[in-house]
Amino acid sequence: MGDPKIACRNLWKLYGPDPVGFLKRHDGRPSIEAIRAQGYISAVRDVSFDVMPGEILVVMGLSGSGKSTLLRCLSRLVQPTAGEVMFEGRDMLTASDSELIELRRHKMGMVFQNFALLPHRTVLENVAFPLQVRGTARQERESRARDVIELVGLKGREGYYPRELSGGQQQRVGIARSLAVGPDLWFLDEPFSALDPLIRKEMQDEFLRLQKVLNKTIVFITHDFDEAIRVADRIAIMKDGAIEQLGTAEQLVTRPATPYVAKFTENIPRDRLLSVRSVMASTSPRKPAKDAIRADALLASIARQIVTTERPIDVVDDEGILVGTLDRGTYIDALYDQEPAR
Amino acid sequence: MERPTKVGAPGALARAAKPALTVLPFLILFLCASLLPDWMMKVPQAWTVPFIDWTNAVIDHLREDALFGLFSFRDFTRWIAELITWPLALVEGLLVSGFPDFGIPAMPWVMTAGLCGVLGWALRDWRLGTLAAGCVAYMAIFGKWELSMITLSVVLVAAPIAGSIGFLLGIMAVKKPWFEAVIVPLLNVLQSLPHFSYLIPIAVFIGVGHKAGTIATIIFAIPPMARLTILGLKGIAEEIREAGKMAGCTRFQMLWMVEIPAARQALLVGVNQVIMQCLAMVVIASFVGARGLGHDLLFRLQSLKIGQALESGVAIVLMAIVLDQLSRAAAEKQPSHLADNVSWLARFPFLSAAIAVCGVSLLLSAITPYASVWPDELTLSTAPLWDGLVDWITLYFFDPLQYFRDAMLLYVLIPVRGLFQQIPWTAMVALVAVAGWSLGGVRLALVVSGFVLFIAFAGFWERSLITAYMVAVAVMLCVLIGLPVGIWASKTDRRAKMAKLWCDTFQTFPSFIYLIPVIMLFKVGDVAAISAIIIYAMIPIIRYTVFGLRNVPQDIVEAGITSGCTERQLLWNIRLPLAFPEIMLGINQTIMFALFMVIIAAFIGTKDIGQEIFRALTFNDAGKGLVLGLCVAFMGLTADKLITAWSAERKSRLGLA
Ligand SMILES: Nc1ncnc2c1ncn2[C@@H]1O[C@H](COP(=O)(O)OP(=O)(O)OP(=O)(O)O)[C@@H](O)[C@H]1O
Ligand SMILES: [Mg+2]
Repeated sequence: MGDPKIACRNLWKLYGPDPVGFLKRHDGRPSIEAIRAQGYISAVRDVSFDVMPGEILVVMGLSGSGKSTLLRCLSRLVQPTAGEVMFEGRDMLTASDSELIELRRHKMGMVFQNFALLPHRTVLENVAFPLQVRGTARQERESRARDVIELVGLKGREGYYPRELSGGQQQRVGIARSLAVGPDLWFLDEPFSALDPLIRKEMQDEFLRLQKVLNKTIVFITHDFDEAIRVADRIAIMKDGAIEQLGTAEQLVTRPATPYVAKFTENIPRDRLLSVRSVMASTSPRKPAKDAIRADALLASIARQIVTTERPIDVVDDEGILVGTLDRGTYIDALYDQEPAR
Repeated sequence: MERPTKVGAPGALARAAKPALTVLPFLILFLCASLLPDWMMKVPQAWTVPFIDWTNAVIDHLREDALFGLFSFRDFTRWIAELITWPLALVEGLLVSGFPDFGIPAMPWVMTAGLCGVLGWALRDWRLGTLAAGCVAYMAIFGKWELSMITLSVVLVAAPIAGSIGFLLGIMAVKKPWFEAVIVPLLNVLQSLPHFSYLIPIAVFIGVGHKAGTIATIIFAIPPMARLTILGLKGIAEEIREAGKMAGCTRFQMLWMVEIPAARQALLVGVNQVIMQCLAMVVIASFVGARGLGHDLLFRLQSLKIGQALESGVAIVLMAIVLDQLSRAAAEKQPSHLADNVSWLARFPFLSAAIAVCGVSLLLSAITPYASVWPDELTLSTAPLWDGLVDWITLYFFDPLQYFRDAMLLYVLIPVRGLFQQIPWTAMVALVAVAGWSLGGVRLALVVSGFVLFIAFAGFWERSLITAYMVAVAVMLCVLIGLPVGIWASKTDRRAKMAKLWCDTFQTFPSFIYLIPVIMLFKVGDVAAISAIIIYAMIPIIRYTVFGLRNVPQDIVEAGITSGCTERQLLWNIRLPLAFPEIMLGINQTIMFALFMVIIAAFIGTKDIGQEIFRALTFNDAGKGLVLGLCVAFMGLTADKLITAWSAERKSRLGLA
């Protein structure tokens, strides 16, 4: 699979009077009780993960669980208290200011929760801003900016100022700006949270469409599980600064690592998340029946068939080879979160 | 069963106890005054610290001996003063005097008026344009052309210089925490120093005259810009800064391409402040010989030519309104997009109009000299009108005014003054220290009692008490009048808007202006001074009352309405208590304004610290002027520190912070 695009190991970010000394005194891994007792705030607590090229990692958690701080540690907008962040195998934390500037100018893009547009610049100038900063000639940066603006569907608004745009349009500008330099690694901090549901849905579609074209490595923050399921390859769930579990949406729902994750994923509509494969029973090889279903079909899509068929239904893989069976009882149990009766 | 009132009683007692305990030491000392030893009553002469002599020693050293390499400090200040004459001559030449050496005349007055009109139109709308052009035309037609243009040139030269210096200081403070730690307290003191205290050192180092006045104006206008720059740059959303970082900005790019433009609005408000401070100061700088409208006003007042003084006063007021409105409009203006493919004329309408104005007015002046200089024989004067008014008032109101004045003196001022003079100085120190301690702990207690001790040991305790008494009376009356007016004005949107407009307008007038009507009514003395203070210091209390009452969280008010409160109950139980911290901030501002005015009122013969400063100005005693100025500043800062601490605590307790 190759090397990770970005990785972090034992990342810590504490807020308080003397975070570095505090960590040292506790051998680098204080308990959450010790942290609280001494009046420190653990924004990021012993976090490690890899993100592979082209992967979308979604970070989820309640408000104040440290999602933004984690993202800002990865982009080094805040300096972590301890741990390491490796970008393409290079240590981000020892990078000098000028190296950081170079990295950000060419390799990273970020979309902010509250858009963070520069109020005194037009759409075009906002989008061209990162290019201007790195010294691209006017002609070139404007034509590049026009391209990205068209990509996010804002053609015709180049001369507008941010305050003349709606929230959804402003966030499109934010997205365009972060894409202008053609970054490899794309950070999105709750990019759609400030938008109302309809526009949010539209923007998610837009985002998925863009990602199909661009195929970037993405760390995406949200506190909306539906959104996470739509966009994620893998999801990390954070609580009090630590990652409780990291895995695919299906794994989180079917095999929650902690009660917190279980509670967190309790209300997910399972029929649109779970595939037949994840709930089927295995069977001995034989020729599949004619009405066999595909293993990667979502449970929702076979509801009618399950209801109308008395016997267990055969499940086949892409090549049409039998891989298991699914009966009505298991199906119902999976939907309503019962331990399957064995 | 226990009655609920009994449960509440100890709480109520405890709540009342704290303020009571705060004033207790003061009360004991005050009531036992007759038993106290002398040294506790009056500051003993022997305890006076020679702050003045020390300051003068430093100043003398700077003036006579200090050498920076090849030149002395005095050479240095003179050299700076020399530098200022160049831009001054340039702007003045353009506006009024022309450049006789090159045979170039000044701008025709039609051109000045037209350009101001275009500026107003560009910054807001045609109405502001008309106002600006009209006021400029007024200056020409009513014979104030030369004076007003000289004053305007000082403002136009001083404001950019003061603005740039303040701006740089502000940037330094934001970038270097140690610099901020030094400069913010300094700015606090500088902004509460009376105008005259700036004038005396200037007179010592640069002498008297027009350029000295200009330099005093510049120095006076630096602090507000520095403060607003700090405020503006700190107010930028962290996310915007992060967006800059993620774009890969260097520190320099960050400052120039992100931070400064993002703080544009706050910076322009700073510019507005600078301009208004410059105008206020240039009027007062006439005491060290700045020419222009202020000089004219001062001269007329001194010779008690009230009608002519009012005429100059009106000119100053008009200038203040126009400068304020223009710079405010600039701050409020938001960029907006242009349609594509429009013609050059539509793209640059204001530039085109400005060019047209220049062309037309040059043409006009070629045809008729009236367009370039308004002829003397056609000049109108409003002085007779004003004189008529003054005569009329004297004729019909002499007796009531006289009666009012005497009653005021006899029944209010003299008793209060007597009371103040009986306060032992130790009681005052105790009051301030205990209040500071209970509001902000030991640190605040040390700071404020330090301020008071400085005043005590500087050797001007008696004078300071007189100042304190005048301020106290004036503030009391301001609250008595201003609070009901504010409550009344907060009732409807329309009134609130009107109140804001009036406050904004009156606040732009240079403080010196307020002396004219009171001299007209009461001639000189304490009643006149206190009236001037009341008019001037009424503005903030009204403004903050309206603001506070109108900004009470709407849901709380609605909760009150749904529980069936009458209008009156709403006011007393909900609006006023919640607005009270804000109103206290208004009172704080009122005290500051009153202190500024009480010093200026020395001009009409008060007997307080202001009079001493005034005398220091006459004798060029810079040390005394500065030390006395500090006394005034420390009085204001004591009140300021205590009230803001109280208000902040109260607000956070009410959950309004
Ligand atoms: N500069 C700071 N100083 C002190 N504490 C901070 C600072 N920044 C963040 N925190 C604390 O760190 C914790 C994590 O904050 P963070 O902003 O990362 O949460 P979040 O998961 O992004 O929340 P949200 O969903 O509200 O954006 C919070 O408890 C916050 O109060
Ligand atoms: Mg966040």
